[in-house]
Amino acid sequence: MLASGRLSRWGLRSFALGYLGLLLLIPLGMIFFRAFEHGLGTAFDSITTPDALHAFYLTGLVTLIAIPFNTIFGVGCALLLVRTEFRGKALINAIIDLPFAISPVVIGLSLLLVYSETGWFGDWLNANGFQIIFALPGIVLATIFVTVPFVVREVVPVLHEIGDEQEQAARTLGANSWQTFRRITLPAIRWGVSYGVVIATARALGEFGAVAVVSGRIAGQTQTATIWIQEAFSRYDYTGAYVGAVVLAAIAVSILVAMNVFKRKEA
Amino acid sequence: MSSAATGTSSAAPPRPAYWPRLGGAALGRGLVVGYLSIIVLLPIAALVVQSTDGGWSAFWNAISNPEAWWSLRWTLIASLIVVVINVFAGTAIAWVLVRDRFPGKAALNGVIDLPFALPTIVAGVTLLALYGPNSPVGIDAAFTKVAVVMALAFVTLPFVVRAVQPVLMEVDVEAEEAAASLGASPFTTFRRVILPSLLPAILSGSALAFARAIGEFGSLVLFAAFIPFKTEVMSGLIFSQIGTGNLTGAAAQSVVLLAIALVVLLVFGRLTKWSLRHAG
Repeated sequence: MLASGRLSRWGLRSFALGYLGLLLLIPLGMIFFRAFEHGLGTAFDSITTPDALHAFYLTGLVTLIAIPFNTIFGVGCALLLVRTEFRGKALINAIIDLPFAISPVVIGLSLLLVYSETGWFGDWLNANGFQIIFALPGIVLATIFVTVPFVVREVVPVLHEIGDEQEQAARTLGANSWQTFRRITLPAIRWGVSYGVVIATARALGEFGAVAVVSGRIAGQTQTATIWIQEAFSRYDYTGAYVGAVVLAAIAVSILVAMNVFKRKEA
Repeated sequence: MSSAATGTSSAAPPRPAYWPRLGGAALGRGLVVGYLSIIVLLPIAALVVQSTDGGWSAFWNAISNPEAWWSLRWTLIASLIVVVINVFAGTAIAWVLVRDRFPGKAALNGVIDLPFALPTIVAGVTLLALYGPNSPVGIDAAFTKVAVVMALAFVTLPFVVRAVQPVLMEVDVEAEEAAASLGASPFTTFRRVILPSLLPAILSGSALAFARAIGEFGSLVLFAAFIPFKTEVMSGLIFSQIGTGNLTGAAAQSVVLLAIALVVLLVFGRLTKWSLRHAG
C-alpha cells in the first residue's frame, strides 16, 4: 500500500508538472528565446518604431484613465453593497459580475451599438462633435467595461470581515463620513483595494477583443499594444511580435509578484 | 444634514449607523446605477434590441445558417473538452500543490495565476512560439482544432486549481487515514472520502472555466485563427460579422452566446449549492 501511495504521488506530481510545463512554462520560455534569437539590437529596433512606441504609450494612457474610474467606483459600490440596505442589491451584484460572463468581442459590439455614429447616441454625439468609437474614449470605455468587477469583488469580502464597529465608534466620537472613511475604513481595506487595482491593471493592459472592435486599429493612432502585436504578426514582423509579447509578459509577471505581496499583506 | 452637529448622540443609537451620509446613500446609489448604466447596461440593452432588428426569422437565421450553427456547436464542444481537461488537470495540480512537497513548490503556486495576468494575445503568441509552424520540437498544431483546445486550456488553467486548492487544504486528513487503515485503496479513499467534499469546488471552477472558454477571443486569433468549418468559434464569427457590417446577425449570435454563459453560471451555481448541502 505504501508503495502504491508513493507511486501515485510520483505519478500525480509528474502529471501536474508536465501539464504546467508543456502548456505554460516551456512555451513562455520560448517567446523569450524567439524575441532575442536575432540579437539584442534587432529586438530593440523592432520595438522602438514610432508605431510600436505609440501603441505602448496608448495602452498605458488608457489604463491610467480607466483604472482610477473603476477604483473609485469599486470602493464606493462595495461600501453601498455592504454598509447600506436597499432594494435591487442582488440585481446590482449580478450586473457587476456580467463582464466576467461576456465575450470581449460582444462587449466591443455592444459599445459600438450605443456610441458609434450610427448607434443609439450617434446623432447626439455627431451633433456635438464627440467621437467615441474608433477613438480614445471608445478604447477607455471598453477597458472600463472589462475591468468593472475587480475592485468591487476584492473590497466587498474585506468590508464584511472588518465589520462596522470601528466605523460606528468613530461616528459616535464625532467624526463625519469622510473622516471615518479616510481614517478607519480606507486603512482597513487598502490591501484589498491594491489587490483589485493590480488585477484590473493586468486585465486593462492586456485587453484585446473589445478594443479590437471599438478602436479602429489605426497604426500610430488607435492601436494599443496588444493590437500592435497582432498586426506585427500579420506583417511577418515576428521579432517585433515576440518582443512585444515579452514586454507584456514581463509586466504580467511583475503584476503577479505584486499580487502575491498584497495577498500576503491582506492575510 | 451636518453630521458634526449630531456627533454627540447617545450611546445607543436607535438604528444601526450605516453609511447614510457618505455623500448621501441615495446619491451614491444613483451614481452607481448611472455608472453601470453608461458602461454596462445600455450597451447590453442595445445588443438585445439590435438582435431583434430583423424580426424573429432574421434572428433565427443568424444562428441556424450553416456556418453559425457549425461554429456554435464547435464552441460548445471545444469548451466542454477544455472543462473536462481542467477537471482532471486542475484537481491534480491543486492536489500536488497542497499535499505534495518538493523544491520550488511555492514558485509553482505563484505561476498558476499567470494565465490571468497574461494578455490573451500573448497567450496565443506563447503557444505559437512552441507549437507553431517553426516549432523547435516539430509539433505544428497552429490553425487546427487542437490549437483551439490548447489555447482555451491555457487561459482557463487557474479556475479549477484555485477553486479546489483552498477546499483541499481544509479536508480532514484523519478521515483519509482512517479509510486507508480500514483497507481502502488510495483510489477508493479519494473517491469516497475526498471527492465528495471537492465536488462543489470542482463544479464552480468548471462553470467559470466554461463561461470563459465560450467567449474567448484573443488567445485564438494568432494560434488557431477563425477558419470557417475548421476552427471558427463564435467570438471569431461575431468579429467577422462586425467587420462585414452585419450587426444584427452579430448581435443575435452575441445574445445566444451571452444567454448560454448566464444559464451555465446559474445552473452550476445551483448545482454547487446542492452538492455543498450533500457534502455533509
